[in-house]
Formats: sequence, structure tokens, C-alpha cells
Amino acid sequence: MILDLDRFVREGEPRWQELDAVLTRMEKHPYATVGVTELERLHALYQRTSADLLRVRGLHSEARLRQYLESLVSRGYTAIHGVTDRKKASWFGWFLRDFPRAVRRQAGALALAMALFWGGSAVGAGLLVVLYEERETLFPFAGLATKPSERVKQETVERSKMVAERTGRFSAHLIQNNTRVAIFTFALGMTYGVGPTVLLFSNGVYLGAVAMDYIKDGQTLFLLGWLLPHGVIELPAIILAGQAAFLLTGALLPRGRRAPVGERLRAIFPDALAIMGGVAVMLVWAGIVEAFFSQYHEPVVPYAVKIAFGVGELGGLLAFLQLAGRDGE
Amino acid sequence: MASDGLEIRTPEGVPFTIPLAGAGARMMALIIDLLAILAIVTAGLSVFRAFERLAPDVIGGVVTLVFFGVSTGYGIVMEIAWNGQTLGKRLLGLRVMDQAARPARPAQMVIRNLLRPVDSLPALYLVGAATSWLTRHRQRLGDLAAGTVVVRTEVSVRGDWSQLGREKYNSLREHPALAARLRQRTAPELAGLALDAVLRREELAPEARVAVFAILAEKLRRMVEFPAEAVEALSDEQYVRRAVEVLYSTSR
Repeated sequence: MILDLDRFVREGEPRWQELDAVLTRMEKHPYATVGVTELERLHALYQRTSADLLRVRGLHSEARLRQYLESLVSRGYTAIHGVTDRKKASWFGWFLRDFPRAVRRQAGALALAMALFWGGSAVGAGLLVVLYEERETLFPFAGLATKPSERVKQETVERSKMVAERTGRFSAHLIQNNTRVAIFTFALGMTYGVGPTVLLFSNGVYLGAVAMDYIKDGQTLFLLGWLLPHGVIELPAIILAGQAAFLLTGALLPRGRRAPVGERLRAIFPDALAIMGGVAVMLVWAGIVEAFFSQYHEPVVPYAVKIAFGVGELGGLLAFLQLAGRDGE
Repeated sequence: MASDGLEIRTPEGVPFTIPLAGAGARMMALIIDLLAILAIVTAGLSVFRAFERLAPDVIGGVVTLVFFGVSTGYGIVMEIAWNGQTLGKRLLGLRVMDQAARPARPAQMVIRNLLRPVDSLPALYLVGAATSWLTRHRQRLGDLAAGTVVVRTEVSVRGDWSQLGREKYNSLREHPALAARLRQRTAPELAGLALDAVLRREELAPEARVAVFAILAEKLRRMVEFPAEAVEALSDEQYVRRAVEVLYSTSR
């Protein structure tokens, strides 16, 4: 191609500099509103510069000029084809509407997460019954090797005093620990479901074994009073994190669909993020309840009050997930 | 295997390439971000410590939550607020983008950050590093899921073509056929080197300047042999300047 480079640069440079200035302004303020006139000008400059790039692409010696124009075109392309979501987020509306809708819409993933967790619990309870004589081998922590009745005695007498002095720290610790577990469970969805399956099932086994241990030792009332107030929110939150993880897994597996994996993943983002946001709120609530309420036992707080509180919470949660956001669904 | 750039073809049919960030730069950006998190937490701690005597339990709880919030939310908040950049990425000239070269959306930035735990398995981001090495666009698992890439930020550096130091008379142009052959035979890399040398000649030390132009002149002379009357009495530097003018312009 015959090109008079002097003339080409002389004529093109003013518009390249103008395009650079417009792009720099937009990059500095990505969320600012851009007027129609400025957009039209940007588009015109971008198209002319694209045409300039095509002209120098064929010239093998113009590496620097080509690089300069390529960078302008790539920035222009990003600015023109990118869409900034300016919809104002309504946190209240999101929690009351998007979160329960997402949970209901992805019922299959929820059923799988529940089956694994409660299946694991049944296996754990069964193992405890069968291996009751060697129950110590089932528990990974030395603290659980002692009899539940002894632990109950220790908890009711000593722990209430200790916890009362540091409920704030304890609550914060629980919130961050559980949220970390929930995020990790979700992230493991990228392991094609292996990670969340292992995590949900093993946690279920552990919970089932511990619960059965208390029941067999005649401590059912204590167990319900201790577990229900925070557990009815915390355990469903972990199951919901598993649901979000299986959404990721489901998008990774083609299952006869023609859409590329990136498209399938992006299709489940809104629901996965809505669920994880709801999980975070639930875990904050569970952490507060566990530190400020669950750790107090009789005679400070009667078991009946604690159990009633837990049952009320569970009913509220189920009703919320079942009914909230139905309008216009 | 990973490539060096994200190749895009615009709807108008114009192809261009955005350079992808290398593993080293990403690691450095991560280290800077970890230091930034540490600095924020340390500053926060010193503020909270001042009030600790008033309510030690509450302050202890707040510190725990602040640390967790900052370490988990830093990447999300910074990337959304700074259009795909954290402090580390900004200092290293990197940016998170959609893999179609559009700006990443907030949801994509949340997803890529929430999936960090699986990329950091089993330790030191080994899964993320392995995935980046194996994927075409150097994406860790979080990037693959979110459909994002980490690119080097494009700064359009304008070449100062007016500094070519064009002389009124260029003896090489008296031989248009040979000048055309010089343009045809000179590789873009050599042409670029010669242009750089001419543009930056004033920055070179005198000895280095003589040596650099001697090497370049020798390489360029090998491409085409101009008649003696066109090149006699020309220093190496003058020869390279005239050759660059021929290479970068066809006007007479």
C-alpha cells in the first residue's frame, strides 16, 4: 500500500488526540453520564481511527504508529461497547424480593444440597447408633469425646459465665467463620460439584452424629435449646450456599446445551449472587443469636423459651422463602 | 496454552489486540493489595484500640468483623469503584475486563472475588496459577467463571513523529527504486529500533550514541547498497536518519 505517512499523521493526529482526550475523561469517570453529542463525537472519532488503523495494518514498518492506533481503537471499543449498569441497587428490595425468588427458582439445586446435608445427617446418626461403643472415633475434636451429659454440666455452670463476658467477640468470630465457610462452599462449585458434595455430606454426618450422641445420652432438651435458636438459620444458610455452588456446577456441565460455558455461567450469576447475599444476612443474624442467646442455658433462659424462639424463627424463614417476592413473579 | 493478547475483531471488522497481564505482574499486584489490606486493618486497629477501654468486648467484636470485611470485600469494592482496578493493579498498570474487551460489570467482579478461595488452594494460589498457565487468556478459575481477563492498561503513547529530524535534502531519495527496496527488505523490528534510536538520540551518552548508530547503519547498509555518491561523506548517524526517513515516509 502506498501511503504518504507525513500527510497521514498530519491529518490524523488532531482526531487521535481528541479521541484520546475523550477516552481519558470517560475512563477517569466511568459512572458519569455522557451526553448524546459527546457520544456521537466519540463514535465518529472511533470509526475514523478504526479506518486509520486498517490503513496502517498493511504497512510492515509502521509498528509504533500501528500500536498507537490499536491502543486508541481498543480503548474506544471498550468505551462504546461497554454497558455500565446504572440501575440503583435497592438493598431492601433485593433481600425481600430477589433472594427468595432465586431460592425458589433454583429448586433443583436446593433439593440436591438438602439431600446431601440431611442424607449425611442420617448417615452420621446411624453410624453413632451402630458404633456407640466406639463413639470417640467418630468425632474429630477431643472436646466431643466426653459424654454429652458431662458437657451439659460444664456448659450450664461455667460457660455461661465465660461467654457473658465476651459475647461481642464471640458473635463476630461466629459470623466471620460461618461466612468464610459459606463463601468457600460456594467457590467449591467450580470443582464440578465434588467440593460442595463432600463438604455438605461430611458436615451432615458430623451434625447427625453429634445430635444422636446427645439424644442417646438423654440430653435432647438441652440439644434443642442450644441448637435451635441459631441452627435453624445457620444450617439452612450453609445449605443455601451449597445451592449456589451447585448452580455454578450446573452451568459448568453442558447437559446437552449448545450455549458456551461462559454464557451458561453468566446466566446463573444473578440467582447465585442473590442467594449468597441472602446467606450473608442470615449468617450475621445466626452469629448474633448464637453469641447473645444460644449460649445461655437454664436457669438463665428456660429451654422452652429457646425452643419456641427457634421454632418461630424456622417458621418465619420458611414462610419468607416460600412467600416473599411473589408479586409480579 | 496462554497467549500474550486478547484478540478482538470489532463489528466494523477492525482487528486489534489487548495485551494480557503476565503472572509476575499479577503476583506483584496481589502482594501490594495484601499490604494495602494490612495497612487499612492496622490503621483501623489503632483507631479502635483508643476506645477499647470503654467497651472491650464490643470493640473486640468490631475489630474481628472489620478485619474480615476488609480482607473479603477489598477486591470487590475497589474493582467496582475503580473500574476493574485495585491499588495493586493500578500501580502495576493492570485492569480487570470482560473477556469481550468490555468493562467488567459489578456482578462479574463480585463473582471473580468470591471464587478466590478455590483459586488459592491448596496454598499460595497454586490452583489459580495452574489454571492461568493452562488457559488461553491466562484466566484463574474466578476469571473463567466471571468471564473476565486481567489486561495491561492501554496508555496511548503518541509517537513524536515530528522529531524525526527530516533534512531538506535526502540523498537516498534520489534513488526511488532502491529506497522502495529498502522499505521492502527492512524488518519491522529493525525499522522500529532505528526509529527509536533517532527519536532518543539526545538521551544517549556520546560513546553509546556512536556505537548504536554504527551497528544500525551496518545492518541497514546490508539491506540495500546505494550508489557511492548517495552515501559518501555520511556519518553512521546521518545514514540511519536518512534511512529512517525513507522507511517512515513515502513523500518526496
